[in-house]
Amino acid sequence: MADKIKFAFLLAGGCAGCEMALVDLSENLLDALEHIEVVFWAPTVADVKYKDLEAMADKSIDLAFVDGMVRLSEHEHMVRVLRAKSKILVAFGACASLGGIPGMANIHTNDELFKQAYKDTFSTENPDGVYPQPQYFLDGKYDLTLPAFQDKVRTIQDLVEVDYYVGGCPPHHSFVAKAVEAIVTGNLPPKGSWLTSGKAVCDVCKRNPANEELERLPVETVKRTVDGMPEEKGCLLQHGFVCLGPITQGDCGASCLNVNMPCRGCGGPIPGIKDYGARAVSAIGSILGSEAATDSLLEKFPVLSKLVYRYSLPASRLKSNVR
Amino acid sequence: MKKIEINPITRLEGHGKIAIFLDDAGNVDDAFFQTVEFRGYEKFLQGMPMEEVPRTVSTICGVCRGVHFTASMKASDGVFGVTPTSTGRKLREMYFNAHYIEDHAVILYALGFPDFVVGPEASPAERNIIGLIGKVGAEIGREVLRKRGLAVKIFEMLGGKPNHPVAALPGGWSKRLTEEERVQVAGWADELVELGKLTLQVFDNVVLKNEAYMKLVTGDMYKVPVNYMGSVDEKGRVTYYDGTQKVIDLNGREVGTFTGKGYLDFISERVLPWSYLKFPYQKKMGPWSGITEGEGTNMYCVGPLARMNVGNGMDTPLAQAAYEQFHETFNSRPVHYIQAYHWARAIELLSAAEKLKILAADPEITSPDTVNQNYAITGEGVGIIEAPRGTLIHHYQTDDKGIVTNANLIVATTHNNGPINLAVKKAAKHFIKDGQVNEGLLNYVEMAFRPYDLCLACATHTVTGGVPLKIEIFESDGTLREELSNF
Ligand code: SF4
Ligand code: SF4
Ligand code: SF4
Repeated sequence: MADKIKFAFLLAGGCAGCEMALVDLSENLLDALEHIEVVFWAPTVADVKYKDLEAMADKSIDLAFVDGMVRLSEHEHMVRVLRAKSKILVAFGACASLGGIPGMANIHTNDELFKQAYKDTFSTENPDGVYPQPQYFLDGKYDLTLPAFQDKVRTIQDLVEVDYYVGGCPPHHSFVAKAVEAIVTGNLPPKGSWLTSGKAVCDVCKRNPANEELERLPVETVKRTVDGMPEEKGCLLQHGFVCLGPITQGDCGASCLNVNMPCRGCGGPIPGIKDYGARAVSAIGSILGSEAATDSLLEKFPVLSKLVYRYSLPASRLKSNVR
Repeated sequence: MKKIEINPITRLEGHGKIAIFLDDAGNVDDAFFQTVEFRGYEKFLQGMPMEEVPRTVSTICGVCRGVHFTASMKASDGVFGVTPTSTGRKLREMYFNAHYIEDHAVILYALGFPDFVVGPEASPAERNIIGLIGKVGAEIGREVLRKRGLAVKIFEMLGGKPNHPVAALPGGWSKRLTEEERVQVAGWADELVELGKLTLQVFDNVVLKNEAYMKLVTGDMYKVPVNYMGSVDEKGRVTYYDGTQKVIDLNGREVGTFTGKGYLDFISERVLPWSYLKFPYQKKMGPWSGITEGEGTNMYCVGPLARMNVGNGMDTPLAQAAYEQFHETFNSRPVHYIQAYHWARAIELLSAAEKLKILAADPEITSPDTVNQNYAITGEGVGIIEAPRGTLIHHYQTDDKGIVTNANLIVATTHNNGPINLAVKKAAKHFIKDGQVNEGLLNYVEMAFRPYDLCLACATHTVTGGVPLKIEIFESDGTLREELSNF
C-alpha cells in the first residue's frame, strides 16, 4: 500500500465548524483515516506545537487545510509556518478564503467593538471603564498576559500563497470527501483555483425558472423573509426575496433553497468574479425593474454591505470601512 | 514568585490559558483561567435585519452549531411580536433535540470518556477518541459515529445545512416536514434512543463500577460549591428549548425565577482586565464580591450538572430513571462534584433522544402551518435557551423596521467563567505541592475544566481528542526551569 497522505488541519480565527465538517463524515471518517495520517490538527496550536511544526522539514506535509480568518499575531505566524511545511495549502471554508462572517467586524473600528462588548451591553457593569489588557499586573504581583488584537480581519491569501480555495460556511461534508479525493488522485485544477464543481447555486436549484423554460422577469419590490412566507416553489429572487444564488458557487446543492430560504453567498464567488459584494450589487441591480425597486432594496437592507459582503468583506477590494 | 503557564490551546486565538503562581515554598499561591477570544459580534450584528441574525450569529461556534441560532430565533419572535405556531415550535424542538444528541455525543466520546475509559494517567497519545475506540472496539466506535451522524442528518433536513442552520423565521420555521421525512426521523429516533442507552451503559461500566474513578468523581479536588441556574418546565423538570430560569443557592434553596428580560434583575457581568471573557454574578445575591466559592458566594454555574441540580426530574421515562440513580448515588443536593457533569450529559443525551421520538410520532409535526407571520414589531426581544453547555441569553433591540440597534449575548461558558477559575485553582492546589510538578498533573488540571466543556475550546472537540496542555515553570528570575507537555 502506498504511504498515507500526511495531512494537517489548522484552525485560525474560525468557529471550528469547518473542522466539524470532517467529523460529520461520521463513520466514513474512519475509512478516510486509512488513507490519511493526521500529523497536525488544529487545536494543537500552543507555542510548543509551533515548535513541533517548526521542527518538521519544509514541504513534509502533503496536504494542509486552514480554516478561519486571521486576526491575531499567532494566526499569522502559524499560517506562515504551515505554508512552509506544506506541499499543498488549502484555504478551507468561507472564513479562510474570504474572511467569513467574523470579517464583518472590519466595518467597525476595534474601539467600537470593545466599547459595545465591555461597556454598552445591557448586562455589563463596568464602573471603572476597564478593558482587557495585553499585560496586567493583578494585585501588583500576578503578571497576566493576553494576545493583542490586530487592527483588521485578514484572509489567508493576504499572507501567503494559497494553492486552492474551498467555499462554504462550512463546506458540506460530502464536498469535503470530494475535495480530498480530488487531491488524493491528483485530479486537480491549476493552482490558485477554487475546488468546486464550477456550478452556481442557481444551476443546482430546483427553483430555477430555466428548469421550466421561463424567462427571468424584472422585480418590482424587494422583500425580506418577513415580508411574506418564502414559498416552496418558484425562484425566490423572482418573488422579490434577495437571493445571491446567481453569483455563488453551488457546491452545497442549494442547501438554503431546499428549506425555502435565500442564498447569502457562503459558497464564494463563481469563477471570474473579483469582488463578490460589488458583483452582488450589480447582479441585484440588473434585475430590479425600476428606480422604486432600487429604493426599496436600500430601505429593506439599510446597511447593504452586511448583506452583500456577509461572507467576504476582508477579501473585497474595499477591505473595510464600507458602511 | 514562579509562574506556571498552561496553554490548553484550542483555536488559534489561544482561547484559553491557565497561569499558576507558586509561592517560595513551591505551593500554589493563585491560579487564573484566562480567555483570549474576542470577535465583536455584538457590534457587527447592528444594522442587520433581525430575521437575518440567527443564520449569521450561528457562526459564533461551529460545535454548538445550533444554539446561537436558536436563542436569537426566539428573540426574533419577541422583536416581531409573534408566538410561533404549534407546528413551528415543534419543528424547532425537533431540530434542537437532534442537536443536543450530536453535540453531547461528540463531547462525551471525544472529550469526557477518554479520561475514564483509557485512564486518566494513560499516555496522552492514547487518551483520545482513537484510543477509546481501541478500548471499546472498532465496531462500537463505528456504530457510535454512524448513529451520531443520524442526528446530524435530522439537523440538516430541518435546518438546511449540517452546520449553521438557516430555517429560522420569526414566529416559526421555514421548512415543512413531509410525511416521508417524518417516518425517516422516527426510525432514526429509535436508533438514537439506543445510542443514549449505550452511552449510559458505557458510563456505568467504566466509571461507576470503578472505585478509583469514583474517588475522582466524588473527591474534594473536583468539588466546587457555587450556585446554579437552569431552565425548568411548568412541573419543575429539566427542559431545553423553553422554560423558566430558576436559580438555586449552593444549599439548594431557590433564589428566584425569571423569564425574558427578567435576566437583567438577576445577572450582571464584570469586566476584568486579564480576560476577554466577562465574569457574570447573581446580583440578587449581593454586589460583586470577586471570584469566590462556598457560603455567601454569588458565583453560579450552568450546564448539564446545573440542570440536574435545578430541575426536580426529567420529562421522559428512561431519562427519569437515570436521573434518580444519579441523585441516589451522590445522596446530597445540590451535587457540587464537577466530574458529575459527564454523567449528567449522558442522561441528557438519552432524554433528548426520547423527546425526539415523541416529536416524530406527533401527527401535528407535518402540518403545513409552520409559521405565524402576523407581525407587529415591538423593537425588543430576549431569547433564552438551555444550550448543551448551559443557559444562553440573546437580547436584541431594533428600530421600528426590525433592524438591529443593540445586541447583548451571554453564553454558557461566560456564566461558568468564575466557577472554572475556582475549579482550576482547586485542582492546582491539590496536585502541586512543594514545587513538585509532574506529568500527571497536566491531565488532572485539564480534568478540572473539561467537565464544563469550554465552548471557547471548540476546536478541541475533534477526533484527535484532549486539550493539549503545556506547563512552563519559571524561576523567579524568569528563566525557564522545566517544560512539560501532554502531546
Ligand atoms: S467558514 Fe463558517 S464554519 Fe468555517 S470557520 Fe468560518 S464561520 Fe466557522
Ligand atoms: S436566484 Fe435563488 S431561488 Fe432563484 S434559481 Fe437562483 S438560487 Fe434558486
Ligand atoms: S445556498 Fe448559498 S448561503 Fe446557502 S449554503 Fe449554499 S452557498 Fe451557502
